[in-house]
Amino acid sequence: MLDVRNLQKVYTGRHRNVEALRNLTFHIGAGELVCLVGPSGCGKTTLLKCMAGLLSPTGGEVRLDGSPVTGPPPGMAVVFQEYGRSLFAWMNVRDNVALPLRRKKLGKARERELVDHALEVVGLADAHRAHPWQLSGGMQQRVAIARAVAFEPKVLLMDEPFAAVDAQTRAELEDLIRRLWRELGVTVLFVTHDIDEAVYLGQRTIILSTSPTVVQEDLTIDLPDERDQLHTRSSTRFAELRSHVYEQIQRAKHHNGDTEAPPADRSEDLAPQTTKS
Amino acid sequence: MTRTTSTVLTLVRRALLALGLPAVLFAVWWFATAGSTDFYVPPLSTVLGKFGEVWTGERLLSDVVPSLVRLSAGYLLAVVAGVGLGLVVGTSRVVRDVLEPVLELFRAIPPPVLVPVIMLFAGIGDTMKVIVIVSGCIWPILLNTVEGVRAVDEVLSDTCRSYGITGPSRLWHLTLRSASPQIVTGMRQALSIAIILMVISEMFAASNGLGFTIVQFQRSFAIAEMWSGVLLLGLLGFALSLLFRFAENRVLAWYHGLRRAQRNP
Amino acid sequence: MLTKTLAGAGTDRGPGGPGGGRSRRMPAGLVTPLRGLAGLTGLVVLLEVLPHTPLVSADYLPPASKTAEALWQLLAEDAFWTALGDTLTGWGLGLAVAVVAGVVAGIVIGSVPLLRAVTASTIEFLRPIPSVALIPVAVLLYGTELRSKLLLVVYAAFWQVLVQVLAGMQDVDPVADDTARSYRLGTWGRVRYVMWPTALPYVMTGVRLAATVALVLTITAELVIGAPGLGNQIAVAQTSGAVPRVYALVLVTGVLGVTINLMARAVERRALHWHQSIRREG
Repeated sequence: MLDVRNLQKVYTGRHRNVEALRNLTFHIGAGELVCLVGPSGCGKTTLLKCMAGLLSPTGGEVRLDGSPVTGPPPGMAVVFQEYGRSLFAWMNVRDNVALPLRRKKLGKARERELVDHALEVVGLADAHRAHPWQLSGGMQQRVAIARAVAFEPKVLLMDEPFAAVDAQTRAELEDLIRRLWRELGVTVLFVTHDIDEAVYLGQRTIILSTSPTVVQEDLTIDLPDERDQLHTRSSTRFAELRSHVYEQIQRAKHHNGDTEAPPADRSEDLAPQTTKS
Repeated sequence: MTRTTSTVLTLVRRALLALGLPAVLFAVWWFATAGSTDFYVPPLSTVLGKFGEVWTGERLLSDVVPSLVRLSAGYLLAVVAGVGLGLVVGTSRVVRDVLEPVLELFRAIPPPVLVPVIMLFAGIGDTMKVIVIVSGCIWPILLNTVEGVRAVDEVLSDTCRSYGITGPSRLWHLTLRSASPQIVTGMRQALSIAIILMVISEMFAASNGLGFTIVQFQRSFAIAEMWSGVLLLGLLGFALSLLFRFAENRVLAWYHGLRRAQRNP
Repeated sequence: MLTKTLAGAGTDRGPGGPGGGRSRRMPAGLVTPLRGLAGLTGLVVLLEVLPHTPLVSADYLPPASKTAEALWQLLAEDAFWTALGDTLTGWGLGLAVAVVAGVVAGIVIGSVPLLRAVTASTIEFLRPIPSVALIPVAVLLYGTELRSKLLLVVYAAFWQVLVQVLAGMQDVDPVADDTARSYRLGTWGRVRYVMWPTALPYVMTGVRLAATVALVLTITAELVIGAPGLGNQIAVAQTSGAVPRVYALVLVTGVLGVTINLMARAVERRALHWHQSIRREG
């Protein structure tokens, strides 16, 4: 379904070049829910942008259904962390969700049906007319998710979508993602820096090293398919997996493509800055 | 019962606050000039009498309407051209870098000096006045549009790309809308420039129009008529700014709401 | 961050703006100014070439070299420097009066809620009145005297300052105000220590806007009324058919405008470098 092969990304800066991604190879099968976790500053966002076709890699390639990704592919939707900045403040919730559908020319009735359904499944059935800024952070992120759902993507990429919402909302949204994934049969790649989230959500967790980034471990999460916040999180297996991922991340901090101590923590926001020009 | 009384009271209070001072000022003007024998400051009653006489008859068609037509033609052309060019300049970093100092220079030229220059090209007809208004109004609109286009949010821009919102759809739904607060700021600055230029170009060289007529009154020492013209220009400025605010509140309702939300999270 | 970019409409422009020069080949600090220089050079070349083509007659648009020549002559004339002095006097005096009056009125009105409520509608009415409407009045009362200029300049610039001061006084953080009240600071104390510092950035914005408006009205008064100054020089040059001289004088007013703009921005930035708050031009 989604193939990442020898992906490399080097940012060419003014005074120095920063190799964000060294050599990444992994595969995501159709209908999988995979989490991507790594120490902060490991280039998660860069990787996601490369996969979404928003950034062209320096080396290697990303393939969706066998064809290489060179620009944003039609069957893919992205949910960003900054919900406040990814929604159109000048449109109401309904128009925000409907806008990407216009290009698909599905006809009014079908469009309405998709939007209604998407807003309903994320629990915003009565917020159609509101503007995003009238909603809480969690609700805004639900709008962004509804927009992705209505788009009917084959692949859904999520870039730390819940990093900026409070803990309770976060738990609700995590369950929402699991439910949507199972109901829609969509392939989901979920990027997070939260270890609990990475274990709780996915079928697999890919652990990344610090940059220059390589895959540190590809871990299968063998928790039962039926998960809930209370029981899953208190199970022994969850605790074991959690500590395993935690250890891996601690190790990852001292491990990278050079297999030697990385220079002082490169902050992730270095990446978007240097690409601008 | 008490609720209705209190709403009525609030309304009365508001009306008093809004109309109180203007009423007092009006009264002061009225009585202070009531028996005025000062040639330059005729009684307000005379001025108001002249107002009805001068501006409702034939002059409405021969002077007021032409002025308003020139004003709106020049202003609208400036908006279209300013926003259009601003989109082009704002989208390309190279174009922006190259043109910015030139545009800043043009913007800094006090617009009234354009009148004698443009008279060289365009004579003294309506075309000249419209060109003068366009060439004075376009800069704030253009530069603010550039600023707005440049400030389009990166995440939103990525969102559009990943959902395949491109071309005209992107221009309309993303670029223009997101730059609209800045564009409106530019348009507000341009509106007051437009009025100034309309009046001045007519004072400088014209055979009709508000500016022309008022100067004629002044030159022929028709003082009360002149004051009524000054009053009319004042009312025009006020009415246009009211109209502008009304339109702005409709177009930028989202922006004001967003800012309120950001101020009190 | 979003709000900053949204709010900064037309306020901070220049080489140091967001997304400032980054390139692969040249040092970033140089690319933008060089491109700008290229743009200005292009303009001069265009102005030199255009009059030689059939598109524009040299009678209306003299080649850049002719304008430069006229400018050079101009700089050697005493009359020019006197005119520049007259313009600057009118501008400076008018601006000073408007700023002082605007700040004082703003503080008085802004610190008394009742006064604010009572005057709001009047200010909203008087502010948009174009000050060029006062031209005939100024001519009648003062002729071509300096006072004529001042009337127009002060009227136009006063509102810019007043409105900004009022906006600033209203922007006071309620918590800071409550703190001041709980420490029993009197009205004057609150104005001095809470309201004025909050309003200062707005005042600076008001002064910057007023400086630009004041220049426009000074030149207008000279051009239309005939008060001595650069505007009057332009009118005279135009009637006597000295076209290159008209262009040279227009260029001078443009450079004057740019200078005033840059100075006002520099002063504003210096006064506000500590201030992070979101402001908006009214």
